[in-house]
Amino acid sequence: MSNATFALEALTGIPQHLAALAPATTDNPKADFSDTPWWLSLVKALLIFVYLLLSTLLVIWFERRVIGRMQQRPGPNRTGPFGLLQTLADGMKLMLKEDITPAAADRVVYSLAPLIAATMAFVSFAIIPIGPDVWMFGHHTPLQLTDLPVAVLLVLAVAGIGVYGIVLAGWSSGSTYPLVGGLRSSAQVISYEIAMGLALVAVFLYSGSMSTSQIVAAQSSLWYILPAFFSFVVYVITMVGETNRLPFDLAEGEGELTGGFHTEYSSMRFAMFYLAEYINMFTVSALATTMFLGGWQAPPGIAAINSGMFNHGWWGILWFTIKLWIFMWFFVWLRGSLPRVRYDQFMRLGWKFLIPVTLAWVVAVAFIRGAQLGYLGDSTVGLVGREFPVATLVIVGVIAALALGATWVWEGKQADKVARESAPPPERIDPYAGGYPVPPMPGQELVEPSPAISGSPTPVALKEDTRG
Amino acid sequence: MTNPYVPLLFLLALGAGFAVLSVGTSLVVGPKRYNRAKLEAYECGIQPSPHAAGGGRVPIKYYLTAMLFIIFDIESVFLYPFAVAFNQLGLFALVEMVLFVLTVFVAYAYVWRRGGLEWD
Repeated sequence: MSNATFALEALTGIPQHLAALAPATTDNPKADFSDTPWWLSLVKALLIFVYLLLSTLLVIWFERRVIGRMQQRPGPNRTGPFGLLQTLADGMKLMLKEDITPAAADRVVYSLAPLIAATMAFVSFAIIPIGPDVWMFGHHTPLQLTDLPVAVLLVLAVAGIGVYGIVLAGWSSGSTYPLVGGLRSSAQVISYEIAMGLALVAVFLYSGSMSTSQIVAAQSSLWYILPAFFSFVVYVITMVGETNRLPFDLAEGEGELTGGFHTEYSSMRFAMFYLAEYINMFTVSALATTMFLGGWQAPPGIAAINSGMFNHGWWGILWFTIKLWIFMWFFVWLRGSLPRVRYDQFMRLGWKFLIPVTLAWVVAVAFIRGAQLGYLGDSTVGLVGREFPVATLVIVGVIAALALGATWVWEGKQADKVARESAPPPERIDPYAGGYPVPPMPGQELVEPSPAISGSPTPVALKEDTRG
Repeated sequence: MTNPYVPLLFLLALGAGFAVLSVGTSLVVGPKRYNRAKLEAYECGIQPSPHAAGGGRVPIKYYLTAMLFIIFDIESVFLYPFAVAFNQLGLFALVEMVLFVLTVFVAYAYVWRRGGLEWD
């Protein structure tokens, strides 16, 4: 591109070569729904619904069993084989319990909130590709309910509506703990949604599309977990924050808020929140699978067997489910090993670390991608027998240098902090140095309080009281 | 299927139907025993503290968080079309994006320095 056209573009805001460009087709969904009548969509919706309900029944049992093993106890093992029916029994019991609406509650909103939470939890799964094209009742259709050019945006939007369930539940309960829990929970979810949205930008840069089937198809040679590894890490952290799970389950910290936003709920309405929480876990895990782990595609080794036999037809469901459950296992593992963080620490991590670092990462990926596509010059250099584009090498070098510099600064700060904390406390302290009385540490000696004339704001009357 | 948004409604209807049905069933099946103490706000057994109507006044921190969320979320959404069309826009997009992110960083640094990101 010449300098003149570039200046023109910068002035007008419109790239000159775009006029000649055909309408963009790459961001359209790859999945072909032309042979899918409406009743088949309904069948698929029903299948997804059943899949989600069964998975939820299973994962609650799985979580309790695994947590039990981590705490050296058996976990539920009486109801059905291996206790598999425990969740069903719990659900039945909840249904037979009394449904209480507190006297101070706003009745309409109070009844509506659990319905919003549960309903919205199901919707996102519609755009998750569960498998490739299969024959179903004589029609050739993808194993995916629907796909949109803005599919991933839809997931974020639906998650945003799901927050209404939480905040309305807390607000309408007419009670203090649910109100605080609901506020905390919504602040937490929206804070982490920013970092989550930014982490996904790197994937869009590589795939050139927001349609989930297109993103999966673009990963046929390389799963995005490798080129966008940092995005993956940020996404995994934010998905735990989004779903209010330990170590980020501050909305329902039992020690401080009893149950959080659903303290006042009982019976099936409580069960709806519970269901929504677990389905949301499945949704964020499914999105992670789709964006970073190649969706329904078989793992690289297995994909090569028998000229891609395992990458066709119904096999996709198997790989998708395995990848999904790796994330579920990770959720349970976190809950079994990590204590809850403090709320201000949690918000600090989200706002002061994840957001700026992810923004910087997006810029870095854009440059790497630009170099790959040849926007930054086409000259190459031969190194160890291979040709590398100069621009890529320069960018990787710059990023490595910046990262090195950042760790250097950070390490210096850490060293200062450790030195400050491990320094022995002074042997003699002035109890009024800070303007208010401070008790001595063990082994410390108090100096005679400085007289008022020296300008210290010491109240004279307090002196005698604190020395004894 | 011509309109790709219609199947979303199917799933929405299924979810809503399930939620309404199960809550409705429990309302019919479950017991109803009146007890005045049961309908009071739950505060771990002590007398419930007076609760202002409509939730009372909410700490300003939450309001601030919600406002910052809108600003930064819109900014991250602005990055989406850029990322999707990056293959077609070329160097122009790269330069514009860097300028945009720099502007975001200025606002971000301002909020940080003014203490908008402190929770305490």
